[in-house]
Order: sequence, then structure tokens, then C-alpha cells
Amino acid sequence: MKRLMLGNEAVARGLYEAGCRVVSSYPGTPSTEISEYVAKYEEVYAEWAPNEKVAAEVAIGASFGGARSFCAMKHVGLNVAADPVFTSSYTGVNGGMILAVADDQGMHSSQNEQDSRHYAIAAKLPMVEPSDSKECKDFIKAAYEISEDFDTPVLFRLSTRVSHSQSIVEECPREEKPLKDYVKNPQKYVMMPAFAKTRHIEVERRLEALSLFAETTGLNRIEWADTKIGVICSGIAYQYVKEALGEKASVLKLGLIFPLPEQMIRDFAQKVDKLYVIEELDDIFETQVKKLGIACEGKNLFTKLGEYSPQMIAEKILGEKTDYRTFEESVPVRPPVMCPGCPHRGLYYVLSKLKVMVSGDIGCYTLGATAPLSAMDTCVCMGASISALHGFNKARGMQERSVAVIGDSTFMHSGMTGLVNIGYNKGNSTVIILDNRITGMTGHQDNPTTGRTLKGDEVPQVNIEAVCRAAGIRRVQVVDPYDTVQVEAVLKEELASPEPSVIISRRPCVLLKSVPKKAPLVVDRDKCRSCKACFKIGCPSIHMEDGKATIDPTLCVGCGLCASLCPFHAIGPQEVR
Amino acid sequence: MKTKSVMIVGVGGQGSLLASRILGHVFMEQGFDVKVSEVHGMSQRGGSVVTYIKYGDQVFSPIVEQGEADFLLSFEQLEAARWLPYLKKDGTMILSTQKIDPMPVIIGAAQYPENIVSKLRQTGANLVAVDALNLAQQAGSPKATNTVLIGILSTMMPFAKENWEAAIRELVPQKFLDLNLKAFELGRMAAAADVEMR
Repeated sequence: MKRLMLGNEAVARGLYEAGCRVVSSYPGTPSTEISEYVAKYEEVYAEWAPNEKVAAEVAIGASFGGARSFCAMKHVGLNVAADPVFTSSYTGVNGGMILAVADDQGMHSSQNEQDSRHYAIAAKLPMVEPSDSKECKDFIKAAYEISEDFDTPVLFRLSTRVSHSQSIVEECPREEKPLKDYVKNPQKYVMMPAFAKTRHIEVERRLEALSLFAETTGLNRIEWADTKIGVICSGIAYQYVKEALGEKASVLKLGLIFPLPEQMIRDFAQKVDKLYVIEELDDIFETQVKKLGIACEGKNLFTKLGEYSPQMIAEKILGEKTDYRTFEESVPVRPPVMCPGCPHRGLYYVLSKLKVMVSGDIGCYTLGATAPLSAMDTCVCMGASISALHGFNKARGMQERSVAVIGDSTFMHSGMTGLVNIGYNKGNSTVIILDNRITGMTGHQDNPTTGRTLKGDEVPQVNIEAVCRAAGIRRVQVVDPYDTVQVEAVLKEELASPEPSVIISRRPCVLLKSVPKKAPLVVDRDKCRSCKACFKIGCPSIHMEDGKATIDPTLCVGCGLCASLCPFHAIGPQEVR
Repeated sequence: MKTKSVMIVGVGGQGSLLASRILGHVFMEQGFDVKVSEVHGMSQRGGSVVTYIKYGDQVFSPIVEQGEADFLLSFEQLEAARWLPYLKKDGTMILSTQKIDPMPVIIGAAQYPENIVSKLRQTGANLVAVDALNLAQQAGSPKATNTVLIGILSTMMPFAKENWEAAIRELVPQKFLDLNLKAFELGRMAAAADVEMR
């Protein structure tokens, strides 16, 4: 059957059809839906791991155990998983193993736009890159073949536009892959110096063999058209090139993007008048092409920043421009904001009011950095809120009133180790865990604190309070972020205390189906004095209309935070009015 | 056939994902190659969101750029102004006249432009402006604004009404099906009324 599928759904379908048995991932845009879709197949075991390193190790272990295994993450997740990934290059596999990494060109939902292709080169692992949903499915099957034929994990590179675009895919039946025998083999699987030295030889041999394979695999292909222009490209850039240049250019489309097919590139370059390398982000193909002594145009024309597009390519190569209409007035930006009723809002209101230094982290709550709350000073990576605050306070001797804010899922991911560090190294920091009972930003994934698995099974919840106490933190308090009076009192108390503390700000994400929605509130226009106290919380449902605060009934969920801040009691439920 | 493009723009949470899936379904059932591009993650949280739907004999790029959209559906006035450059010069914009202030306007750091609808008309763009939110509420839920807009669009494309209704039946949960079919019909009627007015 033919269906429209997201790239991520097609990857999941490919895993199912290829007989994959074990999947372990940590959510991260734009990779998240792969694991959600694959979890729907009974034949595949799938789980959310607490972080990408754990996920990669689970996949490595499953491969040792003889199963086809898989692991997905976003580009920055591969930084977390890098340690096991580099050494898995030495051990190789038993059952086939694929590690998918989704880059986010243009930073739609990320803190940087690093190019994951560097990892393939650095870890000496083959990397495959599809350019649409059909290839997402087909290339997964090809990647498992490579993995087992060459005894190597395979990196599978995605991007936002491939992962989150839908195109047509033909479904096929699953091909069962029986579990391979497990045979104890320390020379291959115990990476200590004596054994690793011999494995390194294998890694270099494998890379040579893969280079030869690159010349003949169907993953790389040449589409001949006009030979005045030749383009080397892969992934989503290939789609842009085809749309922009059509029959005006011949294209060498790379599907195996590391190692590259050197002879194929030489032959292609020889047959075209002018060679372009068109690749988003870094000049990785271009550098390798130039190393072969082949002249080409690349980053001298195209940026290393953000996403490309067909028009960009048409303009740079053909000098063509498209005409369009413009709106002759400046249009205000519409940045993302915390949702109406978001439990983080009350907490951030207090942090903003008390003007504390806030060491931030990755999640929906990063949006607390934006006006009018403006209650975040720093944000680097998952887990850094706690450890960086400790460093900040060690450097400055607790001169500032400061806190770390971190979500429940991020705390499980890599916040716990930072908290252990504070407990161990005589820190005095105050850490706020924003426990909204779910992994929010990526679209509601369960985590060890929610008591439910990716497959939907009920399991014991990790007790955040107990984890904090076990880390040596004696002061652990729980507050309701809708109660700003309580939040302020507890925060002042903990900032003043002479030892480290954790405040758990606990209320479920308002978007969860289990959270009952209340009727929208209304403003009594007679009582409203336009003081704008309710504007300080940055709720998107409150705006000015004819000089008075007004609540949009299509957005408001009746959380009541604004009502609790109105000095004139002008905000309340409809029926009271 | 040359590739045709539809864009859906609005504010995160307004239902553009379902709308794009309905369109994709209709085009695929007509035997076309289809690509739909969505945005997930952070920008969904009340930010400006955009979805692209393209169909034709063979579609390469999933994205739509300036001057390329044959149809641009906007859930909100300011977003219509923001994305106007993406409309093909002879394309048609279908606008729901709802207004939602973005945060810079709420906090007084920016002004919401006045009279957007008439300013859009002044650019010479083909424009159908309808209070789709009101029609959706008449159908039973403000969340059906997307199917109202699809109803309007359906009158401008060369596919039978039944094809659209089949896609809605396929993709809308049973619980909300009747109200969405009603919203779709109200959209079609609004489009007919708009044509008469001209």
C-alpha cells in the first residue's frame, strides 16, 4: 500500500521491515517521531532511555546480543553519545546496528547547528543519508546490510526537512531476522589496549573496503543531463538542486556520504564543464573533493549558515530571481511563547520579580528567557544548568542570588550528575526542578519520572525527591507554580539557607490530556484600571483592547494566574460576571 | 503537470498540521506525487508556523519560497501579511480574519498593523477574507477553522467535493467528524458568497 509518510515514520517503517528487534532512543527534535512510530510495531522492542549515551549503549549491547538494533537522536545528542559510538567503531557489531542522527539546519528547534558528518570521519564509521521518505525506508535496509557485511555500526544522517516532510512510501512486509548466536569473543568486544590495538587495524582495513564499496553501491548514483554543470550533493540539498536546475545540470547524488567514492567523483568531474559541490553547513564533501586535486565551486558561493533552498541555488548558479509582492509595513515578529496555562509561567514570574541570576537548561522552559519574563541568564546544553551554576557560584563566592532551572526529563538526562557534584563538593546552590510530569518540548514523551514507558506500560516512577536526597541534598521542598505566594516564600527561604537545596516546582503540563481544562476567564472592564499587572506574566491570551486588558477566549484555559495578580480583582470566571 | 504549491500559515496550535494532511491526502488520491513539509518542536509553541503542500508529476523540494504559492491559507491577519511575499503573483490568498497579538505587541514593544485586509488588497493580490473562526464556531468548535478554510480552497481547485469529504472522513477522528464536515460546507458557502460580492 502507498501512503504519505513523514521521513521519520518511513525510517520506522524501514526498521520494522528490516527485522529490527531493539530500539533505544532519547527524544530530540527533529528525530523524536522515529521511535514513537516504531514503538507501535509489536515485533520491535522500543524504549526511551534517560539520555543518548544510554540509548546508544543499549543499541550496542543489543547488537552484541545478535539482534538488529537501532538508536535515534538529534545532532547534539550525538555529542552525549559520542563516547560509546567511537569505541563501537572498534568492536563492530554482531547483529546489524544503525544510529540515526538528525541535524537541524536553520536551528528550528536547537541550540546550535553542528554538522554530524564530522562524526563519521572522526569515528571512522560509514554514514548514509536519504533525501526523502522513500529513501528513508530503503536506506535503512541498505544500512543494515552494510552494518553486517562490514562489521560496523552505521550512522544514518537525517535533517529537519527530511525528517519532517511527508512523501509517498510503498509499504512492504517485515522480513524476520533471526537472532544471531552470541559467542564470547573478548578480543573483539573487550576494548582494553592490547585488544583495541588489533581492532584499530581492522577499523582502517574496513574503511578501505568501504571506500571500494562506495564506488559500486546503488546508494550513490549519477543522473546525467546537461554536462555544462555538474553538482555533487546529498540529502535535502539534492532535492533543492533538482528543483532549481532540473535538466540543466548533471548530478552525482551521494547516498553513502562517508567514505566517498573517489573514482566516481573523478570520473564525474572529468565529464562536466563546471563542478559544484552543494552541501548545507560545513564544506565536508568540498574538502574531500579538493583533496583529490579536483577544482570545484562550493563555499565560495554558498553559506555555511542555515538552510539552502532551490531559489538560492537558482540565483547563485543560473542568476535567476523570482518576483513577489511585499507588504509595505513592518510586521512584528511572533516568537514562540509558553502556552496559556503553562505551569512554568508562575515560577518564572517570581524569578523575574526577585531578579535572581538564572542558570537555564534545554526544554519548553527555555522560553522563560524571552520578554516580558526575561528570567534566564544562561543556557548551554542538556544538564548544564546545575553544573554551570555550581561553577558560577564557586567562581563568585555566592555574591549573587542565583538558581538553576531544569525540567524533569532533563534532570534525568544529565542533571542528576551535576546535583551529585554540588552535594559532593560542598556547593551551596539552589536548584529548581520544573516537574511538569512529561518531556514537554519534543511533544510529550514519557521519561523515568512519569511511570510509563514508550510502549505504554505502567512502571514505578523515579522519585525525584529521593534522588535529590540520595545525592546529599538535605533541603528538598515541593511547590505549586500556580501559587506564586508560596513559590516566592520558599525561594527566599532556600536562597537564604546556608546549604544546597532543591525546589521541585510540580504541576503537569497543561497540554496533557489528563489535565482538565477550565472555562476561559474574562476581564470586568469596569474594574480593570489598565495597570498591566497581568501583562507581566507574558500570557499570549491577554492583550489590550480599547485601553483595557482583554482575554482571548479561544486561547485562555482558565489557569487563574493572571487573576491572582490583579490588584483590582477584575479577572474571574464568566459565570460570576 | 507543473508542481503546484499550497501554503498554510498561522499561529502554533491553530490546526495547520491536520489541514496539511487533508490536502496531502486529496492530492495523493488524485494520483499526484506529493510532498508536505511541517514544523515541529519549539516553533510550535505559539510561534509563527508554516506548512507547505506541493503536488505534481514529480515533486522535488518540499519547501515553498517567495513568489511560489498558488494558494496561501492564513489562519490569522498578521501572519497573512508576514507570508504575503510567498504568494505567487497570480496566486490566491484565503484569509481567516482572526487577530492574535504576538508577544512583542502584547508587551508594547511593537504595533499590530492596522487595516491589514485592505492593505493586502492594495498590493493587488487575489484575496478571499472570511471570518472563518465565526463559521467554525457555528459548526460547533473554533478548532474547525482549518476545515472552513479547506472548504473555501476546495471551490478553487479542480477536484470534486466528494474527494475532499473523503479525505476529511479518513483523517478526522469520528468524534469530531460531523462538525468538521459542517465547517467544510460553511467554508464552501462562504466562498460562493464571496464570489457573488465581487
